[in-house]
Amino acid sequence: MADLGNQPSGSDGPDSSIAVMLAAADDLEGLSDKPKTFGRLAFERFIHHKLAIVGAAGLMLIIAAFFIGPILSDFEVDDYDVLNRLAGPTKAHWFGTDEIGRDLFVRTAEGGQLSIRIGFVAAGLATAFGTVMGAVAGYFGKAVDAIISQVINLILVVPALIVLSVFALKFGSTWWKLAMVLAALLWTRIARIVRGVVLSLKEQEFVMAARAAGASHRRIIFRHILPNVIGVIAVEITLLVGTVIVLESTLSFLGLGVKPPETSLGLLVADAKGNIDNDPLRVLTPGIMIVLIVLCVNFLGDGLRDALDPRSKSERG
Amino acid sequence: MSTPLLKVDNLTVGFPSKSGLVSAVTDVSFELFPGEVLSVVGESGSGKSVTALAIMRLHPRSAQITGSVQFDGRDLLTIDDDEMRAIRGRDVAMIFQDPMTALNPVFSVGAQIVEAIRVHNDVSKQAAQKRAIDLLDLVGVPEPRRRASQFPHEYSGGMRQRAMIAMAISNDPKLLIADEPTTALDVTVQAQVMEVLHDVQKATGTAIMLITHDLGLVAGSADRVQVMYASRLMETGSIDEIFYESRNPYTQALIDSIPDLDGNKEDLASIPGNPPSLLNPPSGCPFRPRCSMAVERCAEATPELIHIANSHASRCHRADDMASAAAGTPS
Repeated sequence: MADLGNQPSGSDGPDSSIAVMLAAADDLEGLSDKPKTFGRLAFERFIHHKLAIVGAAGLMLIIAAFFIGPILSDFEVDDYDVLNRLAGPTKAHWFGTDEIGRDLFVRTAEGGQLSIRIGFVAAGLATAFGTVMGAVAGYFGKAVDAIISQVINLILVVPALIVLSVFALKFGSTWWKLAMVLAALLWTRIARIVRGVVLSLKEQEFVMAARAAGASHRRIIFRHILPNVIGVIAVEITLLVGTVIVLESTLSFLGLGVKPPETSLGLLVADAKGNIDNDPLRVLTPGIMIVLIVLCVNFLGDGLRDALDPRSKSERG
Repeated sequence: MSTPLLKVDNLTVGFPSKSGLVSAVTDVSFELFPGEVLSVVGESGSGKSVTALAIMRLHPRSAQITGSVQFDGRDLLTIDDDEMRAIRGRDVAMIFQDPMTALNPVFSVGAQIVEAIRVHNDVSKQAAQKRAIDLLDLVGVPEPRRRASQFPHEYSGGMRQRAMIAMAISNDPKLLIADEPTTALDVTVQAQVMEVLHDVQKATGTAIMLITHDLGLVAGSADRVQVMYASRLMETGSIDEIFYESRNPYTQALIDSIPDLDGNKEDLASIPGNPPSLLNPPSGCPFRPRCSMAVERCAEATPELIHIANSHASRCHRADDMASAAAGTPS
């Protein structure tokens, strides 16, 4: 202390201000007395992830546009402006009109709403089911694993397009039925991924420690193992949302998905394909929407994975 | 003496393999009294960890077990799974070797202690949290309130092992099984963690079964020592009996291979050879091939565990010869 005191620069002032700054930094880094919850730490990491913020903001913007846009427009989804058929973008019709004069902006927004809804519902269902199946298979192994793995293999070899077309013919295709069938076909991938991760996690000593502490199998799976898988699941669910939206668009394009009067982004591309030489923009707008949604969702997944990993350092970077 | 808390009788654990049954624990019997610290010493593969896991019934499902494990009046090997689960963590708790992997990386340390408490007690989160902080304080984690909200990767190795101890004693177990609790730690930290275990034992009165391969660690911390070799109990006795009056060449070889600070030895003594294969154990005494005192009789019959005095017993045909040898040499 004596050495420090002899230094020429006034020691008291800077020292105490540094102490204040350190205390403030401690507060920022969660080193204060008040503990921060896991959720709060994850949120802080998330908002420092640039790409994730771009993805989240982009997705919110697109969703807001899909839901609010039609209100701002003068047209309804089934209004026929017969005098302005096949018009390009104008002041009244922002995205132009189709063959029977329906406003394409409103239709794109309606179609986008449905695509997003199918995407999230199907991805959510597939993830929930796939995660549980994968975790059970990986944790218990042996016969349980063999049965679930064989079911997964069976579903993987079933050609999705045939199942979907048969289903569409038999039961019709409202959006939620489509979402359920897509979920039933798509849970397998996440189940296999979760199974693999759980297989390696269950050999970790903390699982043995949890058993030694008297936790039941259910408690170990849901409270000890699955929280370790959340980062993987977050990425998978976002990839799945993208996959579902693309798949739904493909099916609608082929006439196996959403049927008029409901519309989706894929159906809009299909409607516009006959006119692609005269009006390429009409194919491009819903197509670009699909790409943008999938892109934003994937960015979001990346950020979620980093945010949900407590070992991630990005909070301080 | 009072009735034993844990009474293991003729415990044998075998693992089926392609070339036959591998016996990891052979005919092990011992007792552990309330509040006592029993140390189980042996090389890797001597069966000490498998014994502990069998007591907790955490052994691999393929293992074949015979014998009995009486704990507090119940046979842990025959009660049903739910009953066993209620005992784990509440009556018998366990500390593992590697604190790096024994804590769940995605939960804060405090949350994991809270979880351990709430598995067995119907208490509010707040109450459990308060107890978790008290426990961290007890095991010597500084600033327990702040440290409770931190994650395992923010702890050092020694601190993690303290946290593991806090978790293990969260339900006031009657028996604490510590499976090589200091093996993964630095030597200086080892001493601190042993100190914590010692303090915890004093504060809670729990019995401890301390599994280790480090005889040096045992001297200062245990009441009784049990030496295992090649799946069998070789010698058991009090600290003094084992360290100063050992009647077993294997124990003696272990003691001789402890580095001596004041001694003038130029070479560190070691035991020649390797532990035998458990698949084809040598005939007779398992230590015979490496034993400097082996005679013909050692190859013919496996020695029994012979009672010597009080709690002292040794598995050696020449236990008496060792006694007279010790008496003959001035030390």
